[in-house]
Amino acid sequence: MHEFLAQLINGISLGSIYALIALGYTMVYGIIGLINFAHGDVYTLGSFFSLAILALLGATGELHGPALLIDAGLALFGAALLCGIVGVLIERLAYRRLRNAPRLAPLITAIGVSFILENAMQVWKGPSPVPFPAILPNPAVTVAGVAISLQQFVVVGLAIATMLALQLFVHGTRMGRAMRATAQDRDAARLMGIDINKTIALTFLIGSALAGVAGFVSGVYYQSTWFFNGFGAGLKAFTAAVLGGIGNLAGAMLGGFLIGIVESFATWLLGGQWSNVAVFAILILALVFRPSGLLGETLPEKV
Amino acid sequence: MIYIYFLAAIAVVVVAERVPSVGAKRALYAALGAALLLAPLVDHNDADYNVLADAGVFVLLALGLNIVVGFAGLLDLGYAAFFAIGAYTYGMLASPQFGIHLQFWVLLFVAAALAALFGIILGAPTLRLHGDYLAIVTLGFGEIVPQIFQNLTAYTGGPNGISALDFPSFFGHSFGQRALPYYYVTLALIALGLALARNLRESRLGRAWMAIREDELAARHMGINTTLVKLSAFALGASFSGLGGVVFAAKLSLVSPDLFQFQVSVLIVSMLVLGGMGNIPGVVVGSLVLTLVNSVVLPQANALAGAVGLHVDFSSYHFFIYGAILVGIMLFKPEGLLPSVQRREELRHATAPQDVRA
Repeated sequence: MHEFLAQLINGISLGSIYALIALGYTMVYGIIGLINFAHGDVYTLGSFFSLAILALLGATGELHGPALLIDAGLALFGAALLCGIVGVLIERLAYRRLRNAPRLAPLITAIGVSFILENAMQVWKGPSPVPFPAILPNPAVTVAGVAISLQQFVVVGLAIATMLALQLFVHGTRMGRAMRATAQDRDAARLMGIDINKTIALTFLIGSALAGVAGFVSGVYYQSTWFFNGFGAGLKAFTAAVLGGIGNLAGAMLGGFLIGIVESFATWLLGGQWSNVAVFAILILALVFRPSGLLGETLPEKV
Repeated sequence: MIYIYFLAAIAVVVVAERVPSVGAKRALYAALGAALLLAPLVDHNDADYNVLADAGVFVLLALGLNIVVGFAGLLDLGYAAFFAIGAYTYGMLASPQFGIHLQFWVLLFVAAALAALFGIILGAPTLRLHGDYLAIVTLGFGEIVPQIFQNLTAYTGGPNGISALDFPSFFGHSFGQRALPYYYVTLALIALGLALARNLRESRLGRAWMAIREDELAARHMGINTTLVKLSAFALGASFSGLGGVVFAAKLSLVSPDLFQFQVSVLIVSMLVLGGMGNIPGVVVGSLVLTLVNSVVLPQANALAGAVGLHVDFSSYHFFIYGAILVGIMLFKPEGLLPSVQRREELRHATAPQDVRA
């Protein structure tokens, strides 16, 4: 029972990172129908940016008090902002021209962008995993006999706060409404006077910034990062988005937590080497048997 | 010296596809074939045949994937899985692993059949999926298969794989460590693959593939059995990869799961994209160009940089090159460098008149 709860908490922490990444996938897919394959690498880039900012601030070990808030805050927002900019650039340079191209063209382009980003990060920080400074003090709180670390609180807390903010933005602001309108019907939205290009760029900005937040959070959580992390994490987050119903924000969050829990339990019960197999098996089953996802609506096939 | 082979082959294909007369085209290809067959009379450097045999395996893989992606329009991002299945077939049935030592020539057929079978097994659940969802599911399969090979340590040697595979032999003459025999094997397999791919394209089945590529719904309404047609594309495409896997494993005398990662699948997709999806000569040129860059140009660039005192490892830029090819071609020349006339026209018209300013 102890182990069960501990794994559940592990899974939720892991899942909150996937959920943050999954939001970016789902937003972009919702608005332009593209699996943004490079999104996972933007997430890794987020951890690299946070790492660079922390290094710039001279934060190499545990931080306390105001220094912790300032340094961590700067790293978090800096990574989010830089990732957002990268996302907008990717859309502008690689995807925009292909908006009306045959469907597979942008997907292939996205794979290409992913490879370019991975290579850039490999050249930047080398081919081996890079340590991430353990900036958070680590007092564990024991709840019902299960130790929960401060990292886990921060990871889950940050993720939930970000998701709430996103929900408020998408459902409560004019720009959020423009995004939803564009996702529903791009041509009609344009006729209503919405600037489509700006709205799509905004979607990339927000989605990539969320990936940046996830990158920071993962660095703090794992205390290490690697140029190739984004491939696996991206696939899992995409699985989460599909599982929840692609295009659906709440679904992406639900899917993220579910995938995190599945991975954590698969690691516990079957061994770490089977966790990827379990997650990809879910991806395949979900796509084959319920492509609309848990919370998605069934759409008639467009002819 | 090695450049001559690649450049000559690429040049011949490019020129032959441009000459209007069928006779001249045939003569050019015949000359290329004869030159490749007779080259070992002049060139005695076994290292050249080592590179060429590897290139040959990739040509074979590209021809196979072209059936799935180019002809039938099913984007398969997990093609390396079938390559792995072919290689592991040889690894497990011609090595001390289980003490089974089947003949290379027999295993070629076995692996092709097994890969085709797995093509059907993995293809069947994806029949209802389209476009990018299909691509992601195949990617998932491509991730699972090497992982399973890695995990089943008792059968596959785990992360270390299986080594000391048998040397193939031909009428009692062992291939030994030399690359030359593999060069001839790949030439023969490519000839077979080319003939098969060409005839398939002109066949009823080939026309059905292209019909579902263009419009699946319409194809179904014209009476095409889309299930059968898609599965046959997966099976035939995979079988090429099974053949390639056997040759690859035998030549390396080693199989291990890290040889079949996602990068391999993307490398082969890049070959198709670069050359021109669906066009057989284009695909051959695409795979030749990329293997030339990978196994000849980049290592030499390293040596060159080292000689002038620069410490740049160009071979760590592989990803960048594949990525740049995928992005660049898709943005600026989506039909590839050597497309079929028909495809070029289609893609021009698919992109041109639409509203891009939006």
